[in-house]
Amino acid sequence: MELQQGNSKTVSVPGDSSSAVNKSQRIRNKSVQFDDNYVSGENPRLIYVNDPRKTNDKYEFTGNEITTSKYTVISFLPKNLFIQFHRVAYLYFLAIAVLNQLPPLAVFGRTVSLFPLLFVLCVTAVKDGYEDWRRHNSDRKENNHESLVLQSGQFQMKVWKKIRAGEVVRVRVNETIPCDMVLLATSDPSGVAYIQTMNLDGESNLKTRYARQETTTLSLFDVNGGTAVSGLIRCEQPNRNIYEFTANMEFNRQKFPLSQSNIILRGCQLKNTEWVIGVVVYAGQETKAMLNSAASPSKRSRLESYMNRETLWLSVFLFVMCAVVATGMGLWLERHKKQLDTLPYYRKIYFTNGSNNRKTYKFYGLVMEIFFSFLSSIIVFQIMIPISLYITMELVRLGQSYFMIEDKQMYDSSSDSRFQCRSLNINEDLGQIRYVFSDKTGTLTQNKMEFRRATVYGKNYGNSLHVADQSLEEASITEVVERNRWKLKSEINVDIELVELLHKDLAGNERIAAHEFFLTLAACNTVIPIVTQCSSSSSTMSELDEPVGSIDYQGESPDEQALVSAASAYGYTLIERTSGHIVIDVNGEKQRLDVLGLHEFDSVRKRMSVVVRYPDNSVKVLVKGADTSMFNILAKEVRKSDQNEDPVTDDVRYITQSHVTEYSLQGLRTLAVASRNLTDEELEEWQCSYKEAGTSLTDRSTKLRHTASLIECDLNLLGATGVEDKLQDGVPEAIESLRQAGMKVWVLTGDKQETAISIGLSCKLLTPEMHQIVINGNSENECRNLLAEARIKYGVKTADYRSKNLKRKKNVENEYLEIPDDITTSKASERHPVKVSILNNTPLALIIDGNSLVYILEKDLEIDLFELATACKVVLCCRVAPLQKAGIVDLIKSRTDDMTLAIGDGANDVSMIQMADVGVGISGQEGRQAVMASDFAMGQFRFLKRLLLVHGHWNYHRVGYLVLYNFYRNAVFVLMLFWYILSTAFSTTSALTDWSSMFYSVIYTSVPTIVVGILDKNLSHKTLLKFPKLYCAGHRQESYNMQLFWLTMADTLWQSLVVFYIPFFIYKDSSIDIWSLGSLWTISVVVLVNIHLAMDIQRWVFITHAATWGSILITYICMVIVDSIPVFPNYWTIYHLARSATYWLTILLITVLALLPRFIFKVMYQIFWPSDIQIAREAEILRRRRPKHLKTKVDKESS
Amino acid sequence: MNTEMASSSGGTGSTDPSAPRRHSKRPKYSRFTQQELPACKPILTPQWVISAFTLISFIFIPIGVASLLASRNVVEIVYRYETDCIPINLRGDKVGYIQSTLDKNCIKMITVPKRMKHPIYVYYQLDNFYQNHRRYVKSRSDTQLRDKKKENDTSSCEPEESNGGSPIVPCGLVAWSLFNDTYSFSIKNEPLAVNKNDISWKSDRDSKFGKDVFPKNFQNGTLKGGATLNESIPLSKQEDLIVWMRTAALPTFRKLYGRIEVDLQANEVINVTLENNYNTYSFNGKKKLVLSTTSWLGGKNDFLGIAYLTVGGLCFFLALSFTVVYLVKPRKLGDPSYLSWNRNPAGH
Repeated sequence: MELQQGNSKTVSVPGDSSSAVNKSQRIRNKSVQFDDNYVSGENPRLIYVNDPRKTNDKYEFTGNEITTSKYTVISFLPKNLFIQFHRVAYLYFLAIAVLNQLPPLAVFGRTVSLFPLLFVLCVTAVKDGYEDWRRHNSDRKENNHESLVLQSGQFQMKVWKKIRAGEVVRVRVNETIPCDMVLLATSDPSGVAYIQTMNLDGESNLKTRYARQETTTLSLFDVNGGTAVSGLIRCEQPNRNIYEFTANMEFNRQKFPLSQSNIILRGCQLKNTEWVIGVVVYAGQETKAMLNSAASPSKRSRLESYMNRETLWLSVFLFVMCAVVATGMGLWLERHKKQLDTLPYYRKIYFTNGSNNRKTYKFYGLVMEIFFSFLSSIIVFQIMIPISLYITMELVRLGQSYFMIEDKQMYDSSSDSRFQCRSLNINEDLGQIRYVFSDKTGTLTQNKMEFRRATVYGKNYGNSLHVADQSLEEASITEVVERNRWKLKSEINVDIELVELLHKDLAGNERIAAHEFFLTLAACNTVIPIVTQCSSSSSTMSELDEPVGSIDYQGESPDEQALVSAASAYGYTLIERTSGHIVIDVNGEKQRLDVLGLHEFDSVRKRMSVVVRYPDNSVKVLVKGADTSMFNILAKEVRKSDQNEDPVTDDVRYITQSHVTEYSLQGLRTLAVASRNLTDEELEEWQCSYKEAGTSLTDRSTKLRHTASLIECDLNLLGATGVEDKLQDGVPEAIESLRQAGMKVWVLTGDKQETAISIGLSCKLLTPEMHQIVINGNSENECRNLLAEARIKYGVKTADYRSKNLKRKKNVENEYLEIPDDITTSKASERHPVKVSILNNTPLALIIDGNSLVYILEKDLEIDLFELATACKVVLCCRVAPLQKAGIVDLIKSRTDDMTLAIGDGANDVSMIQMADVGVGISGQEGRQAVMASDFAMGQFRFLKRLLLVHGHWNYHRVGYLVLYNFYRNAVFVLMLFWYILSTAFSTTSALTDWSSMFYSVIYTSVPTIVVGILDKNLSHKTLLKFPKLYCAGHRQESYNMQLFWLTMADTLWQSLVVFYIPFFIYKDSSIDIWSLGSLWTISVVVLVNIHLAMDIQRWVFITHAATWGSILITYICMVIVDSIPVFPNYWTIYHLARSATYWLTILLITVLALLPRFIFKVMYQIFWPSDIQIAREAEILRRRRPKHLKTKVDKESS
Repeated sequence: MNTEMASSSGGTGSTDPSAPRRHSKRPKYSRFTQQELPACKPILTPQWVISAFTLISFIFIPIGVASLLASRNVVEIVYRYETDCIPINLRGDKVGYIQSTLDKNCIKMITVPKRMKHPIYVYYQLDNFYQNHRRYVKSRSDTQLRDKKKENDTSSCEPEESNGGSPIVPCGLVAWSLFNDTYSFSIKNEPLAVNKNDISWKSDRDSKFGKDVFPKNFQNGTLKGGATLNESIPLSKQEDLIVWMRTAALPTFRKLYGRIEVDLQANEVINVTLENNYNTYSFNGKKKLVLSTTSWLGGKNDFLGIAYLTVGGLCFFLALSFTVVYLVKPRKLGDPSYLSWNRNPAGH
């Protein structure tokens, strides 16, 4: 993630005055992450320590019982049904079923019509019930855990569900923490406790939490003595922000602040600490863990929304058909008005000698009859609206996800993580991505930091480090290493020159600076050293008086870990850290530094500082931070005061600055290190302010920032570090492929400009010949000018033209953008002189920083930025806040129809991931926040290439075809019914049996579409990866668009006419009965739609064969079974039919004639207008058959 | 500890023989999961397209010829009589005539145009009679027809479910409207036997219509719909009813009346005595008497043959034209220069 992200993982920066207010508010409304209201001091929650009764007196806080289950035995049925009927599809089913229950409308048998709905409802209910039963079980297990709770002066076991807020709980090592607790005491006298937050955020490293010194001793004493402990905690109302906690505590008339480091959260585990005692502040559902368990908002795929548009058209068709039937009915009745009483099939009144004699029979008057016939035709034509398609699509996506998850080439062995599909709704969106927004750290880079360079007191070290010949230096290095009694987990190369300097006597400015430099690196951080003694290896070095210890540094920021490890390599080993002091082993000599205060890193100051008291009682503030924020607060009068003594001091600053620039050009992350002595007065002033700020409940971060500024000034620069952030494997190649595939890759990073540019260069995002447009303005006007200037200089078109253009289809315009940088580029731009926004054909790169974005995103400059950015090939945004990332995604999303994808790994990417159409999380080292919010998660950035180019392509084409085919499949059936109804006096008779009508979309034709939707592949993954431009088919919406829909519908019309009229004419003057003809129609349409599908299948595996031909077979089996039940009027029909030759000839004729136009069309299209996919497919298949010399030729040509 | 484990397994990869860390999430390789199952990937090469069309035409044209010949060999006599059989003076009020108790017999002559081989099927054909009307089709009770014990199962039979409180067997509009014209034939005063046995489906007689179910309370209402049934014959033997109950699919339909088991010679004159009882006049329905021989395809219908010939011919034409197209303007399959980004961008 970001530079020194350390403790500032809070996703939103509440007090960040510089963040765009309007924008962030807008985003806040959109994403779950941000709508917490951080409760200030207005309405604090009062917790009386060890007095649950008083705590819960006024307001009953939630107990610690949790229920993740949704239902109870009684509420299951109504609640489950209620939830299920939230789906529109089910309501449609229900409406149809209810309509069918009305006597005048009973088109189908009443029970038969209920069957599909009941089936779906039952399956879902059973599934839900089972899941809920499992949740019940796990809840029960969870609630019946036991913990030690202070009860009448003694710690006694108590089940979790009985624990209440205000109680004092004791947790032992490796136990799970039952609820959110404020630490009172730990087994460590200094009040440190280590916890693992794996269950909460997935981070496996240990985190430190502290009990306040004030409570540590007291409570220890009291608890052991059995005396009641008492105190009062005022804390904020429960919220889901796991990185923040604001409270204060009154204890023995002392008032002191509590912060995030004083609370341990439910679900975490206690590690390396024998026991802790804490007071429960939030329990049960109010714990942060439970509040966080809400799922991320679900997204809907683009194709699905298009599909809904076409579904509307289908409903129009449905309406028209029903209207035709109703009108026909009306006209027919009108014409036969006088005969209604005597018509054998339509009698108005009873003519029987009974109670009913001459009463009206089932005739409700002309208007009502028309109305009823309208309704009953809706029932008959119900599958025109392809409700089953939604279920089919879900199954298909499930299958597709299975194959994505199982893809071996998207498995990351280094983190042992598979690909994950967290959202099942947007598989096909992966095939249409236009914009990729990527985080840098941890996404493009490995986030494994390596200490590379250092500049100390104006001297550059580490230059020769990477070239240093190990054998040459070995002697001295081993000497150093041997003296170093602390073994680290990772090896670090050291600069011999610097090591030598450090072994000189502590004299001279340079030497002292180096000493302080490393002391700062070792001390100014939040890393926890975990020392393990290993006696075995000490035997060889028995001359040393101490056994060799191995140290594992646990920290939240990889930068800090790298720096501490580096300091250790140079002999400054951090071996102990508590809230009160730090112990550092300086070349074998232990130094204890008292920590007086610590200002943690925050994204506004961009630095952290620690105030320490040396053993010699001098007090210093040690600071490290981003160089931009550091150089402003360095001592300015150095030259004046120390002119004579040290003429180089001021130069140090400039030299260091130039070194820092050099480092960042190399792609290193730089930090400046500085220190300063504090006088007693300064110390006192700061201590007052620090205490006050620390205890305040409101605006604490602002106050702390203010306090920090008291001492973070007039610093002496010691040097700077350069840490390498290694690129992940295959990133440049992946980016190149994505770009060729017509995607624009934007990098949004919190790093500074130079670092961003250098990483951009190293991952081939930027190329040296690109024109770099740099926008970093500090005011609105400056930004406006910069933007306008860039636009004039590079000829970006004006707003009206673009915005008009954008609202239209962007196909043409986008095409030019993706043309590769070879000859075609110039050709293309010559041909489209108006469209090209670039003056001289040089690709543009836009680099913009967070400060400018504050002004731009907030103001009307958004459009300017949008136009400029879309004209550029590459956009790099540096130093952006999390919400700005989302803002940029929104910039594109709200102005174009293009699909956006955001990829990131850290909590700061969550907003962007949720904002983008597709969010991808990297399951890396920075916890699981991003993964939890994402739709897809994977181990490495480079998998993105495979995900989009291969799986995205496949899924898009599969689902696109699936939708069209399902529209066709249902429509051809409905139209066939419709034509028949026209020759039944509009009486909505169906020649098909009820069973056939019901089974048609469920059994007869559903399996092949699902199989094809999951398994069909138009191209192999090799071809797709080799020609990334094939991805553009998705951009052009080749598989699903309006035109295809209308073509399909025209084809459907033709096919339905053939299916209906061929048997109609063949059996016109014959003695065929309704069930035989119905049976013929059924089998014809089933054969037809299956052969139609077979014609479009691109890849036949045995499953496809089984599904397609099996469906026809199953249809026959079903018909034989239904026709063998004597009580149905259609008894024995199929046996009679199958004996006649006409029957078989009719089926053959229908199939051939119906599919002929489609086939001709397909062949013509492939001859005269072959699509890219078609050509690539031919090349792929024919290459295997062709001799080798041709093969190589093709390869050459294609490359 | 997690990172350590992962890195070591990552470093050595899957070749790591040490078993303890075998809980890797690495997907297991199989051709199925990697979507690499052996597959047939058809593409439409010119050869393929042309041979497909040729094949279709080679299959379709012979079938077309055969069916057309078969249809042409069928001899069919259709005689429309609903108007002919009403005395000229009464034709002004056809409905009144048919509902009256006047004698409905009418005798007509039919000339056999060509030699007709036995069996000659005798059909009656009704036009404009919607036996497929939803209310009509559903107005029957199949359980009642099958089973004597279920004779009260008449709920679906409205409005003909019961009469005077007791159920009608067979109930419903379909049975009620049973066709009741009768035909008898004679040649030169020699009666021509019409075999009325085995005109219905055997399956219907055996399983659908009960052997112990007898007509009951049938056509006892105020309005008679059609034929009456002999109450002493079980339903399974009432073949006219069984044929009638197989409701027709289309508003114009034929139903088998009987079979003539002798050959008829060309130019023979048949005397037909029609008993014109059935009321189709109220809805302008036509009535026809049909005598027809049969072929392997059934009755006389040229449509099938013509359709087959047309499709076959069309496919032959297509095969030819595609051959020409491929010869004139061949496109090298799989040639990358046709790819859109290699082609002239303006051409797109």
